[in-house]
Amino acid sequence: MDDEVEMVTIYVMGKRHRVPAGLTIMKAMEYAGHQFRRGAGCRGGFCGACATIYRTKGSYKLQGALACQKIVEDGMYIAQIPFSPAEKKTYNIEELRPDAGVFLEYYPEIARCLSCNTCTKACPQDIMVMDYVQAALRGDVEEAAKLSFDCIGCGLCAVRCPAEIVPYNIGQLARRLYSRHIVGPTEHVLKRVREIEEGRFDEEIEELKTLDREALQERYETRERRL
Amino acid sequence: MRLPYYPGCTLKTTAQNFEESALASARALGVELVELPRWNCCGTVHALAKDDVMHYLAPIRNLIRVEEMAESGLVDEKRVVTLCAMCYNTLKRANAVVKEDQEKMQKVREIMERENPYGGSVQVVHLLQVLRDLDWSKVADRVERPLKGLRVAPYYGCLLLRPRGFGIDDVDNPQVMERLLEALGAEVVNIPFKTKCCGAYHTVQMKEVVAELSHRILDQASSAGADMVATACPLCEYNLGPRQEEVKKLFRGFAPLPVVYFTQLMALAFGLEEATGFEQNDPDPRPALRARGLLKEES
Repeated sequence: MDDEVEMVTIYVMGKRHRVPAGLTIMKAMEYAGHQFRRGAGCRGGFCGACATIYRTKGSYKLQGALACQKIVEDGMYIAQIPFSPAEKKTYNIEELRPDAGVFLEYYPEIARCLSCNTCTKACPQDIMVMDYVQAALRGDVEEAAKLSFDCIGCGLCAVRCPAEIVPYNIGQLARRLYSRHIVGPTEHVLKRVREIEEGRFDEEIEELKTLDREALQERYETRERRL
Repeated sequence: MRLPYYPGCTLKTTAQNFEESALASARALGVELVELPRWNCCGTVHALAKDDVMHYLAPIRNLIRVEEMAESGLVDEKRVVTLCAMCYNTLKRANAVVKEDQEKMQKVREIMERENPYGGSVQVVHLLQVLRDLDWSKVADRVERPLKGLRVAPYYGCLLLRPRGFGIDDVDNPQVMERLLEALGAEVVNIPFKTKCCGAYHTVQMKEVVAELSHRILDQASSAGADMVATACPLCEYNLGPRQEEVKKLFRGFAPLPVVYFTQLMALAFGLEEATGFEQNDPDPRPALRARGLLKEES
């Protein structure tokens, strides 16, 4: 095999493996015999389940990536962070006001932010994490919501933050506040919810439940043509 | 004249009346304060430990933003204007330290890594300095409604003046707010405690300490016949203003005294009453202003 395909050496939690170059970290780990029970989800870079940290050969830098997106490099040391321990507060969004006080009440540790920017450097989505935490701190809910929009909650910012802030929870709260209290519900969503409640799609759903695999696949593949 | 403006968090939350009145008054004088498109916390408190580089990241990052902003042509100068005394102090001192200490500057650069290196070209000023540089006669010329008969005690607190060498005016006997108030037509009430401490962050844990210190200052102003106190610091405003609830508990017979930002009085004198935001002050300064016939609004 080594003769046909270019191979690279990676270290998964310290153990050396030879894997084909060009694989993602996730595929390389599966190639090396790992089976994912946690730390894998959509495999398309959208779900944030496969947060991974790594160092490359000769570099002091500890870097973060999504295992399903990052291509392995020769000499890469890899460890997965399938879960980042973080307390997620329970709140009733209807009762909250979109201002700085809300963030300080539920996540008072955000006041510890030193603007060191470690979170931003850790983000595999290239989000300006520190900037949205700072926007939240000064009550700029709209800015915090917009800057954090692409967050997939992988947790790498939270495990790297020296102030122990959980930025993705801040971003999520900001987006909820923004959509509930600043933008408000939009007419097309309300209309669709009404349609669902009135049972407009019930018949179609019932029909789908009776279809076999082939018929379902056909429907899926032709879905755009039928619209 | 377009100058970069660094607001800081308080101006966006509890001191919105400070910001609104400042921006409107400055504009009336031909000074456009343009908010930095991107900014973070000032750093809050200047780091005194020599090896505490982490606490320089926030202020220096803001100064880098000022340089970037100037390069993009949004402003005419790299003189960044502050309103909050805390922001002024922290940015000013961090700027001085890294300019002097190349080793520290290098360390800041390495930790930041992704930022443009700070060129050290920014000057940190307070709005009061900008006004002084304009000349008081210009301010006086702009006055539409002189604050005639209004007796105001200027109060500076610490961060605008100390430590020596970093202040906007004389450490012991500052005069800049006095000159401004005179230009606005107000009567200046001089109080010896105008540079004494308001209790600062003790307000979080030891309200009674703040109440005692505030009482000394307020009592002096009242005794000297002041209608209100003018300040340039949101923390002083809080400790001298809303904290009067605590003062009342400790000192029987204490009569409330309004505390306002100097910019609110400036907006009022410039005829920009809609930008004064007096309704956000506690105690309410409007009865005292009404008594001097200075408010247009009927209520």
